[in-house]
Amino acid sequence: MATPAVELIALQKRYGHGAGQVRALAGVDLTIGKGEFFALLGPNGAGKTTLINVLAGLVKATSGQARVMGFDVQRDYVAARRHLGVVPQELVFDPFFTVREALRFQSGYFGLPHNDDWIDALIERLGLTDKADTNMRQLSGGMKRRVLVAQALVHKPPVIILDEPTAGVDVALRKSLWAFIRELNEAGHTILLTTHYLEEAEQLCSRVAMLRQGRIVALDTTANLMAGHASLEAAFVKIMAAA
Amino acid sequence: MNYIGLWTLFYKEVLRFWKVLLQTVAAPILTSLLYLMVFAQALSAHVQVYPGVGYTAFLIPGLAMMAILQNAFANGSSSLIQSKITGNIAFILLAPISHLEFFLAYLLAAVVRGVLVGLGVLLVGIWATDMGVAHPFWVLAWALIASVAFAAMGIIAGLWADKFDHLSGIQNFVILPLTFLSGVFYSIHSLSPFWQVVSQINPVFYMIDGFRYGFFGQGDVNPWWGLAVALPFTAALCFITMQMIVRGYKLRN
Repeated sequence: MATPAVELIALQKRYGHGAGQVRALAGVDLTIGKGEFFALLGPNGAGKTTLINVLAGLVKATSGQARVMGFDVQRDYVAARRHLGVVPQELVFDPFFTVREALRFQSGYFGLPHNDDWIDALIERLGLTDKADTNMRQLSGGMKRRVLVAQALVHKPPVIILDEPTAGVDVALRKSLWAFIRELNEAGHTILLTTHYLEEAEQLCSRVAMLRQGRIVALDTTANLMAGHASLEAAFVKIMAAA
Repeated sequence: MNYIGLWTLFYKEVLRFWKVLLQTVAAPILTSLLYLMVFAQALSAHVQVYPGVGYTAFLIPGLAMMAILQNAFANGSSSLIQSKITGNIAFILLAPISHLEFFLAYLLAAVVRGVLVGLGVLLVGIWATDMGVAHPFWVLAWALIASVAFAAMGIIAGLWADKFDHLSGIQNFVILPLTFLSGVFYSIHSLSPFWQVVSQINPVFYMIDGFRYGFFGQGDVNPWWGLAVALPFTAALCFITMQMIVRGYKLRN
């Protein structure tokens, strides 16, 4: 059997202790195959970002296992991270550096010192050419979002996680971003997407998992989930109400 | 070992302070020179510390070492707290950089800044007083040991602190007293027996005294004895720092 791109086994995450303990993930099992365009949907607080952060190694799971391309995110963290690119939800940036510097550093962290051709291609593809030598502080929110996408792709990871990448992004960028991500998916990259724009998931993703209170309450192909519903959003509302 | 990742993070950390050179290098050099000017003017005619060594010359290694310690501490601590608060630490945490590489990159960048500031103070001081260097090995050894110790302490503080106020507390209530009460401005032989004992508990005293020995060939204690205190102290700080990084203390929930 081929190694899955992402594998979660009985994944649990609890924050805090005693009476104030919060269960963010309550035993998630999930397998995402190589080359899939997969959506992880759920209301706020469902555990989507916690799940992503566990995969990214930013959060340690309380129990269970998480693997990226077969590498355990805790035990084989260096190998797991080499295979993963994450676009975080928050607009984080280093105020000391320009766009190009930020991309070169990110490339260097991944052990790629001579990566300017790909960095230039990313800058051009994401419409950052005019801003390449601009300090990150001076960029608009949309531009910062583009840089976050470029940073996640700078090492050409086989698995790409996009945590609400189009939140607060204008229509033009949204369209160009999805066209680019679709190209990457067609080239073989596995995409894991979380979004509150369900029409995006409907158009782009072949499979969907719906998360509520740290549990997967629906997991199927987009077509199967939508069967009998006008849209994925309608299916989502019904499933969430029943869960 | 991801040498390119290590080099990149180290270079990024050096570039970070280099971009604000006035604040991170020039300002502490100026502060040290102001101390030198004021204390030398006020006391040089009244204080004789070591035979054949003027008070101004005596002050210079102490001030240079104080600058090394404070700036090595400041670099790692300020960089980490800023990255944690703004969230851009995620870029490093998402990368295939091992715990050791993370530790070495932050540590070495802080050492570079500490030594650079110390060197600035020394160059001006040597030019102004025409003092020599009796034992260059000891000068170099103590500059490195002290900057590594305080760089590690800076990383510990940067990891522990949740806000700038925490960091400021450590700087004002720990680092400043440790460095000021360590013989920068005086020989401990001029203190009462009680304060001599207190001074000898402070590991920074040995760093300053050993560094000074490198210039004048004389100090308050034997530099080898100082080394026996400072090396375990530095190793312990490095060990604690590595443990915090391996456990993801306040980095990975």
